Amino acid sequence: MNELPQQLVNGLLLGAMYGLVAIGYTMVYGIVQLINFAHGEIFMTGAFGALTVWLWLPGGTTMWLALPLMIIGAVIVAVAIAVGAERFAYRPLRNAPRLAPLITAIGLSLALQQAVWAWYPEAKSARTFPQISGGPFEIGNVTIQTGDIFLVAAAPLSMAVLGYFVLKTRTGRGMQATAQDPDTAKLMGVNTDRIIVIAFALGAAFAAVGAVAYGLKYGEINFRMGFILGLKAFTAAVLGGIGNIYGAMIGGVVLGVAETLATAYIADIPGMDKFGSQSWADVWAFVLLILVLLFRPQGLLGERVADRA
Amino acid sequence: MGKRLCLGKGLIVRQRSLIAVTAALAAGALTLTACGSRDSGDKGSGSGTDGGETVVIGVDVPLTGDLSAMGLGIKNSADLAARNANKQNLVKGVTFKIEALDDQAQPSAGQQNASRFVSEKEVLGVVGPLNSSVAESMQKVLDDARLVQVSPANTGPSLSQGPNWQTKKERQYKAYFRTATTDAIQGPFAAQYVVNTAKKKKVFVIDDKKTYGSGLAATFTAEFKKLGGQVVGTEHINPDTKDFSAVATKVKNSGAEVVYYGGEYPQAGPLSKQIKATGAKIPLVGGDGVKDDTYMKLAGAESTGDLTTSVGAPVEDLPSAKQFVADYKAAGYKEGYSAYGGYAYDSAWAVIEAVKKVVEANGGKLPSDARQKVTEAMQNVSFDGVTGKVSFDQYGDATNKQLTVYAVKNGAWVPVKSGTYTG
Repeated sequence: MNELPQQLVNGLLLGAMYGLVAIGYTMVYGIVQLINFAHGEIFMTGAFGALTVWLWLPGGTTMWLALPLMIIGAVIVAVAIAVGAERFAYRPLRNAPRLAPLITAIGLSLALQQAVWAWYPEAKSARTFPQISGGPFEIGNVTIQTGDIFLVAAAPLSMAVLGYFVLKTRTGRGMQATAQDPDTAKLMGVNTDRIIVIAFALGAAFAAVGAVAYGLKYGEINFRMGFILGLKAFTAAVLGGIGNIYGAMIGGVVLGVAETLATAYIADIPGMDKFGSQSWADVWAFVLLILVLLFRPQGLLGERVADRA
Repeated sequence: MGKRLCLGKGLIVRQRSLIAVTAALAAGALTLTACGSRDSGDKGSGSGTDGGETVVIGVDVPLTGDLSAMGLGIKNSADLAARNANKQNLVKGVTFKIEALDDQAQPSAGQQNASRFVSEKEVLGVVGPLNSSVAESMQKVLDDARLVQVSPANTGPSLSQGPNWQTKKERQYKAYFRTATTDAIQGPFAAQYVVNTAKKKKVFVIDDKKTYGSGLAATFTAEFKKLGGQVVGTEHINPDTKDFSAVATKVKNSGAEVVYYGGEYPQAGPLSKQIKATGAKIPLVGGDGVKDDTYMKLAGAESTGDLTTSVGAPVEDLPSAKQFVADYKAAGYKEGYSAYGGYAYDSAWAVIEAVKKVVEANGGKLPSDARQKVTEAMQNVSFDGVTGKVSFDQYGDATNKQLTVYAVKNGAWVPVKSGTYTG
């Protein structure tokens, strides 16, 4: 049986999730040139926010009712933490040397992880996440899990909303202006502080949607889930061109598909059977990243931004 | 993981050196977070009453991270052994205490903890670690200090019998003992069950490339082939991810009747779930590292029929274990005793017995070279423990070589077959 279509779907789904999280990295970087390493943990807190809503709902609530509430819960928690972090951790360091906010971000990442580990009930090992009932869907010989339907719907929808927001609304244009030149934007009457908060909030909201998708896909969440996924999403953002929101989604999909295909096919190349297993998939993904950056240092879709360092 | 990612991160920064430094620093810091802070350790229990001397039993296990369920079970069980010894006043004038350090399942952290135990004079024995890979980094440090180590959970054969254990067995460290059965027995035992009892001849073998997982997969594969089975595919997963969909699709298309996984439950659970989700309704078979109740939570309802082997007979069924289970409950620990609780209790008790011998031989006092003496005494320790008779052979391995196959049934591990592997 030809497994290529199935493997492409596997990669696409994984990539869509990377993309949702990558948007947070790319928006924040695009506007304040900060690599927000705590973003993976904001994603993680979003998942726990959704779980909290689920536990709070009376038992037996149908997922069709619970899911929207869980997404709202996840978004509220993630956005609250991201905005709080921006206000109290990053804003005071806005004009500090660039190392300072970066290290703050790493510290925040650790603090959030440990806080969930210590204070969320039974979060010391993995917690089960509610599942959408109903069997998997078969299209030809491709199987799509019920939990993945959410991802299939949410990722493109979120992208469309974001695209509209950035291109068509007043705030979105303010955002573009701030990204291009914060000082001039300020002189033109753009409230850059507000724009930066919105960038953090939007990124967190997307991460929260991604976190709900993660829970539905894998059926479990844990306090460490944001660490590796955050790094992958960051890679996706760079691959697509950091600062470019469509690039984040494209980069995510390329990364996810590359990892999946490397797992599935590299071992079949004669002489490569040692380098084909899933444990090598990350290596191939980074080889791809290196190649892309060699020929397109700005990433797949990125525009060369002025050197601000 | 960390190092590989540094590369990626270093590269993206195409601007100036400040950002390059920034990224390198960030990557370094992230590597550190993965490898672990030093836990100040919590010093538990052992309410000392009668002045006298205090003997500390060090416990090194993962207390945080995704293997913490097993680690906390070991810590609590060792603590229970210390409490019971104190209550019975087993060694006159000596109060036992445990000191638990967190190794986060990382060899580097395990070695730091080992050094710390060596530096604390009251520590006369160490219980742990959970992971064979961590044991590798601790063995020499402890052996150099003649500080005895009894692991309740290490199953890698080379730890005691040397890297060439298949051809030429050779004891590695005089201070290393274990109450767990090795993979040299566990893997083949699983293969025999799969071929002879479950009548499955086509297997897909997956491991996580760690000392424990790959060793177990190798001993399973060798015996499985010898019994006439066919390996239709192999795969090594990356334990840091949760997405095994690409691997699951490969398993489905390979036509395997059963999957053997060498590794631990945090990956085995999602792996089983994702394989079954592809429509391949085949059981996953694992080793003792899979046998934790978290597995069913992760693998979901579809995991019914999945199998594991675990060392020893089921703790709940042994008459000797009834007391342990009751005591454990009465002590009110928050976490369950998990897969290795009984072995951890026996490991700690072995240290206590060895200390007892040394103290009695020295006229009721600890000698000045207590560590050396305790290590020597350990070789001849023999008592009826939670898991049966506890004693050690010439390599420091448990003489009790019993194993049990468990199956998932109604969301719980149910023993289906006990026995010993006889080659």
